[in-house]
Amino acid sequence: MTMREYMLGNVAIARGLLEGGVQVIAGYPGTPSSEIIDTLACREDRDYYIEWSVNEKVAMEVAVGAAWAGVRSVVTMKHVGLNVAADPFMTLAYAGTKGGLIALVADDPSCHSSQNEQDTRRYAQFALVPCFDPSTPQEAKDMLPYAFEFSEKFEIPVIFRPTTRISHGKSDIELGDIPVEKPAPNFEKLLDRWVMLPKNARLRHTHLLSIQQPIEDALAESPWNSLELKSGANLGVIGAGIASVYAKEAIVELGIEASFLKIGSYPVPKKLILELLKTVDAVLVFEELEPIVEEQVKMIAQEAGLQVSILGKANGFVSREGELDVSAFLETLNKVFDLKIEPEPTGTTLELAPRPPSLCAGCSHRATFYSMRKVFGKDAIYPSDIGCYTLGIQSGTVETTLCMGSSISIASGLYHAGEKRPICCSIGDSTFFHTGMNSLLNAVFNKADITVTILDNRITAMTGHQPNPGVGFTVTGEPTVQVSLAELCKAMGAGFVSVVDPYKLEEIQEAFKAAKEFKGTAVVIARQPCVISGKRAGIRKILYIVDPEKCEGCKQCVKFGCPAVEFDEEKKCATITALCSGCGVCAQICKFEAIQEAKK
Amino acid sequence: MSQVENNRKFDLLITGVGGQGAILASDIIGKSAVAAGLPIRAAETHGMAQRGGSVVNHIRIGEDLGSMIPKKGADLMLALEPMETVRYVEFLKDGGVIIVNTQPVIPVTVTSGLAKYPDVSEILDVLSEKYIVKAFNADELAFEAGSKLAMNVAMVGALSGYLPIPKETLLESIKALVPQKTIEVNIRAFEMGRRKVEES
Repeated sequence: MTMREYMLGNVAIARGLLEGGVQVIAGYPGTPSSEIIDTLACREDRDYYIEWSVNEKVAMEVAVGAAWAGVRSVVTMKHVGLNVAADPFMTLAYAGTKGGLIALVADDPSCHSSQNEQDTRRYAQFALVPCFDPSTPQEAKDMLPYAFEFSEKFEIPVIFRPTTRISHGKSDIELGDIPVEKPAPNFEKLLDRWVMLPKNARLRHTHLLSIQQPIEDALAESPWNSLELKSGANLGVIGAGIASVYAKEAIVELGIEASFLKIGSYPVPKKLILELLKTVDAVLVFEELEPIVEEQVKMIAQEAGLQVSILGKANGFVSREGELDVSAFLETLNKVFDLKIEPEPTGTTLELAPRPPSLCAGCSHRATFYSMRKVFGKDAIYPSDIGCYTLGIQSGTVETTLCMGSSISIASGLYHAGEKRPICCSIGDSTFFHTGMNSLLNAVFNKADITVTILDNRITAMTGHQPNPGVGFTVTGEPTVQVSLAELCKAMGAGFVSVVDPYKLEEIQEAFKAAKEFKGTAVVIARQPCVISGKRAGIRKILYIVDPEKCEGCKQCVKFGCPAVEFDEEKKCATITALCSGCGVCAQICKFEAIQEAKK
Repeated sequence: MSQVENNRKFDLLITGVGGQGAILASDIIGKSAVAAGLPIRAAETHGMAQRGGSVVNHIRIGEDLGSMIPKKGADLMLALEPMETVRYVEFLKDGGVIIVNTQPVIPVTVTSGLAKYPDVSEILDVLSEKYIVKAFNADELAFEAGSKLAMNVAMVGALSGYLPIPKETLLESIKALVPQKTIEVNIRAFEMGRRKVEES
C-alpha cells in the first residue's frame, strides 16, 4: 500500500529534497519559503548538513561549495532573496556544478508577504538555467529528485520555483522512498571550471550556450509538460505552473472544447507548443505574473510562419499582476469570447472595520517606536526595514521600506543629500546581520550623522522564529557563539553605542536623546525578546489591570495601540484583556497610576 | 485529471482572525479526508496575516486539482468570527450554509477609534437574506466544554454533519492533533458543537 499523508506544500517540498538525496541545505528565511528548512531541521534521523545562513548570497555560496564537492545541495529563499544571491548565481551558471544544485526560490504573486512580486522565471532566462514550476504540492515533491538528476546530468544549477499557493497549500501527498546510500564528498581541482578568470569564463559562456538546446529537448520529454490534443478543437489553452490547474478546472467544469498544454519547466517545450499551434486557430496562454510562455509562443509561431492568434497578457486578456484562480480564467474567457456576462453582485453593503495585521500585545517594537517618536518628534525622518517592525507604520516611525538592510543606507543618503531634520532609522537584529552590517560600516566610514536603532528581539520573528548569529544556537538547536551586536557596532567604528531595555521608557528615551545629540553615527540597541518566542521559552510576567476608580478615561493607553488595551465606552474606562503579556509599558504611560500589576 | 465523483466533492471556507485556530480546524478536516480515502486540497494564510489579521482557509474535499475555491463556489463557510464572514462571503454559493461563531474579536482599528464594528445581529440578518445561517456563541460553548481554546474544535463539531467524512474519523484526527491533556475537553467541545447544529 502506498503511503499518503496530509501535508503543507513546504513539508512536501522538504520530503522531495530527502527523496532526492540532499546532503547540504542552506537558506535564509523568507515567506513563503521558510518552513522547508524549519521542517528538515526538526527531523531526528538527519544524515545531511543544514543551516540558516546570514543571508541568501552566503547561503548560495555554501550550497555551491557542497555541489563542487560532488554532493547534492539546495539553497532556499524567497524571490527577492535571489536578488541578494544573484552575484554568485549568474556566474555559477557558467561554472556549473558536479553534485546537483537546486536554487529553491519561492515566488509570492499578489505580495501576500513581500515588497514586490517579481517573477523568478525571468532569472532563469537571464542566467540561462533550467527552471521547474510545479502546479501542485504533489508535483512539487515529485519534481525535486528529478531536478537533482537533471542538474547533475547537465552539470548546471537549476531553479525550483514554487509560489505561495504551492508552499502554503496543503494536499494529500503520496510519499516515495528516501535513498540510504549517498556519495562521499570529493572536491576535484578543476581550475578551468572553478576559477572564473576571463579566459575560463569565455569558454564556459560558450559551453553554457551550447547546452541550451539539449536541455530544452530533455525537458520536453519530461513528465512536467503534457499535451492533450482534442480532435476538432479550434482553441488551445496553455497553462503554466499553478495556473494550469485553474485553467484545467474551468475547462472540465464548463466542458470547453479545447486542446490543453500544461507547462511545468523552462526553457519551454518548443516541440509541444508547435504541435499545438499547428492544430488550432487561437491559443490562450494562462500564466501568473510575467508573459514568459506567451512571449515564447509568439516567437515560435512567428518562426514557423503560423497564423494563430495568441491571447494573453499583451492584449489584456490575462492580468500581469497578482495571482490567478479559476474565477480569473472564467473572466478571461468572458473577455476573449465577448460573452458579455455581467458579474453577478456578490457580498453585502455592510461596512466592515479593516483588520490589518498588527504588532502583538506586549511587542517591544511598539514600545521602542513610542519612545523614538517621543524623542525625535513628528518632523524627524524615519527610514525602516523589513520584518515584523514594518508594522510600525501604525506608530508613525516607518517612513521608508525598500529591501533588506536598506534602512541605514537610505538614512545615510538622506543625510548626505543635505536633510537638516533629525534622521532615526530602525532595523531588526536578523536584518542587521543579513545586510544591515555593511550599511552601518558605510555610514560610519562616510560620517553620516544619523541614529540607527537595532530592534533586537533575539530572533528572526516575522518568518517564524528562526535563529540568527545573535541568539547563541543554530538551526538544529546546537549551542554556538553568541555574536554581540554592541561589540560588532563598536568594532565597525560607531562612536555611540547604547544597549537599552525598551520596556523601560525612561531608560530608552534617555538613550535616544543622547543619540540625537551625538555628532556622527549613533547606535541604540533596544533589546527585549520577542513575546512569542519568550512565551515559548517559559517567560511569564505579572499581568496588568486597570483600577476603574483611578482611570480618568484619557485614552493615552488606548492610543499606544496595544491589542490588549480596550476602552469601555459605557464606563468611560480603559480595560486590559487576556492578551496582556505583562510588559508594563501602558502602566508607565498612564499619568494617573490607574494601571497596576494584578495581584496574584 | 478530475476523477472524483461530484457527490463527494465539498468546498469549505474557514474564516476568522489570526490566532483563533483556523489552521488546526483545517488540519483536522484534511487528515480525516485522507483517512477516508478522499483527495484534498487546502490553501492557508501564513506570514503577515498571522499577526492578528484577517485569515481565510480554502479547503476542497474530493478535489484533485487546485486549492483555491472559485468565487461563489463554496458549499459552506465556517466562520470563527462574525465580521470576517462578510469579508469573504463572495466565495460562498447562493443558498450556501454559514456556521458562525457570534463572539466578535475587536480589531485595533476599532479600539483605537478609527473604525466601527458592525452590529452582530445586523450581520446575521443581512446574511440570512441569501444564505442559510447557523449562529451561536462558540466561545461560550467551548468554555462550557472546559476551555475557551477549544472553540475551533467546537466549530468543527458544528460542521461535522455536513462533511462527506464519518464522525468517527474526525474524532480520531482530533485525538491525534490536539495536545494529549486536552483531548477530553476537545471531544466534548466537538460533541456540543455538533448537537448545537443538529438541534437548530
